[in-house]
Amino acid sequence: MPKNIYEKIWDAHLVYTPEDQDPIIYIDRHYIHEVTSPQAFEGLRIAGRKVRRPDLTFATMDHNIPTTNRDKPIADPMSALQVETLKNNCKEFGIQCFDMHDPRNGIVHVVGPELGLTQPGMTIVCGDSHTSTHGAFGALAFGIGTSEVEHVLATQTLLQRKSKTMEIHIEGELPLGVTAKDLIMHIIGKIGTDGGTGYVIEYTGEVVKKLSMEGRMTLCNMTIEGGARAGLISPDETTVKYLLGKPYIPKHISEKELIELWLSWASDTGCSYDKTIVINAKDVEPQVTWGTSPEMVAPISGRVPVLNEIQDTNRRNAVEKALKYMGLDEGTPIEAIEVDKIFIGSCTNGRIEDLREVAKVVKGYKINKRIKQAIIVPGSMLVKKQAEQEHLHNIFIEAGFEWREPGCSMCLAMNDDRLEPGERCASTSNRNFEGRQGKGGRTHLVSPAMAGACAIMGHFVDIRKWKFND
Amino acid sequence: MIKGDKAVEKFTILKGIVAPLDARNVDTDQIVPKQFLKRIQRTGYEDVLFYDWRYLDDGKTPNPQFEMNAPRYKGATILLTRDNFGCGSSREHAPWALKDYGFRCILAISFADIFYNNCFNNGILPITLSPEIIEQLFNEVRSQENYMLEVDLVNQQITKPNGQQIHFDIHSFLKERLLNGWDQIGLTLRYEELIDKFEKKHPLKL
Repeated sequence: MPKNIYEKIWDAHLVYTPEDQDPIIYIDRHYIHEVTSPQAFEGLRIAGRKVRRPDLTFATMDHNIPTTNRDKPIADPMSALQVETLKNNCKEFGIQCFDMHDPRNGIVHVVGPELGLTQPGMTIVCGDSHTSTHGAFGALAFGIGTSEVEHVLATQTLLQRKSKTMEIHIEGELPLGVTAKDLIMHIIGKIGTDGGTGYVIEYTGEVVKKLSMEGRMTLCNMTIEGGARAGLISPDETTVKYLLGKPYIPKHISEKELIELWLSWASDTGCSYDKTIVINAKDVEPQVTWGTSPEMVAPISGRVPVLNEIQDTNRRNAVEKALKYMGLDEGTPIEAIEVDKIFIGSCTNGRIEDLREVAKVVKGYKINKRIKQAIIVPGSMLVKKQAEQEHLHNIFIEAGFEWREPGCSMCLAMNDDRLEPGERCASTSNRNFEGRQGKGGRTHLVSPAMAGACAIMGHFVDIRKWKFND
Repeated sequence: MIKGDKAVEKFTILKGIVAPLDARNVDTDQIVPKQFLKRIQRTGYEDVLFYDWRYLDDGKTPNPQFEMNAPRYKGATILLTRDNFGCGSSREHAPWALKDYGFRCILAISFADIFYNNCFNNGILPITLSPEIIEQLFNEVRSQENYMLEVDLVNQQITKPNGQQIHFDIHSFLKERLLNGWDQIGLTLRYEELIDKFEKKHPLKL
């Protein structure tokens, strides 16, 4: 029987299915960070339990750390305590921690792949919903709660019910200027934020094969925004090429065997899924969200919805509430929306390729006068280093951007990087929820290139018509 | 089955006041905003639940526009809401805050996956009901003061004040876990030898 990648990984990680109980699956990588782990370690201590496999557990600090003045102590005492707590917990339980001064520090979903910790066929969990990112490598990766973090620390397993599988087949070719970010936003707009609930999604088709690893990570990253448990892409030559030479790839087997093993996880020809959706890439335009849920999205050529065109009462109420929060009139053209701040970064779009895209767009331009602040936050120290080697930071600084230290930053605004009430932001992050980037802040999700162009013009523009200064 | 060391609170029968939260796609950022994720404790989140909606800009004065703040919903233990409740971030602070506030049961059209699992680790029963039933409940909650429901997990029945009953479905293992207050870690550690064996033959040889 041909199997899809989810079935292969599931079968290979099933420890046992006790009678009348959920199956126990083995976890190969457990990533932890400062925000969702302290209570889990406390639970272990209270119960007198150990971490079963500290060698499969890796910690980074990302959510809560400042992106400026990293040489000074963290000013907020609660943030400082949380960061210190993670450091101490890692020390006590023997876990590798990439603390905020480590050259490998960064956002957990940027660090795992770039160090080669994330590999095809693995099961990966983290107390963070965007763990779905790692599915880009053909690893079954998903977010868990703190009680489950404690469960994995204690047992290196999780109790899981098997998900249904959905194939999202993307055919055709992405038009010039349209990125993986636009593609996933388009998909969420189509299926809705609960369209994937109960499913693990595998992305297939020519478009996916042609995407870089960075693009694939963006696609899988925002899969959680469509409600799915995980996103997956079958490993191929692109995956292998990205991973070979990374510090944490296995050394105990030959490269040939390793490649064979990695590629063996790919879905078999003729495998089946519980559901298949076909998306035609040629229909995808650059996307901009206008509301307070990622499904509230429109193409750049579009407009904000008109209320009396929405039939369903609950939906209409939700749109009305969103437009009020966002301070937008119904029917406003997307291109007419002016912004105050720009945020470029996050586990969705804080990788080197994303920064290169921004640099191409903003090169030789100055940011618009109406922009109060435009920050670029690399996803990790390694991304930052690479960008500086390529002199991208000079292009950003010359254009008027602030070049920051890595972290989650204004994606969730736990540190000082945030919007003030009423401020409007073009953001390359993943969530436009009310208050996500600061209480009363208004978030529009876009691709890195679109955010760059918006910084220059002060309002959203169609990147497909951009005049590049080469 | 053997009970774990650190059992969660059991859930069998709950009779309580129902509070309405009339919104779709309520995300965990609304349930507990990010500034309250800096704490390193599991409890003490009752005052920050729905913080940005519940209070006026001073962060203290109850917002009269927020329906749940009405005196008639004081002491509510059952939350009534719509589709995709608990979407977004995996933060377990969301169920911690709901529980600290007093909610033990949530009625919705659908739940986000991670949040749904987190509920069971905190003794909260999430129940999925059809859009028609949810609509009906919203109407009844709003038109009848002191509207209470009795939720019986053993028989998977919700009883309305007029005696009318609604059946609900729930996965048998999740039901057993709530009824008995089992701690997952305790359950799994009974199979430690099997985990040892699995590690020896793991295809990835980690």
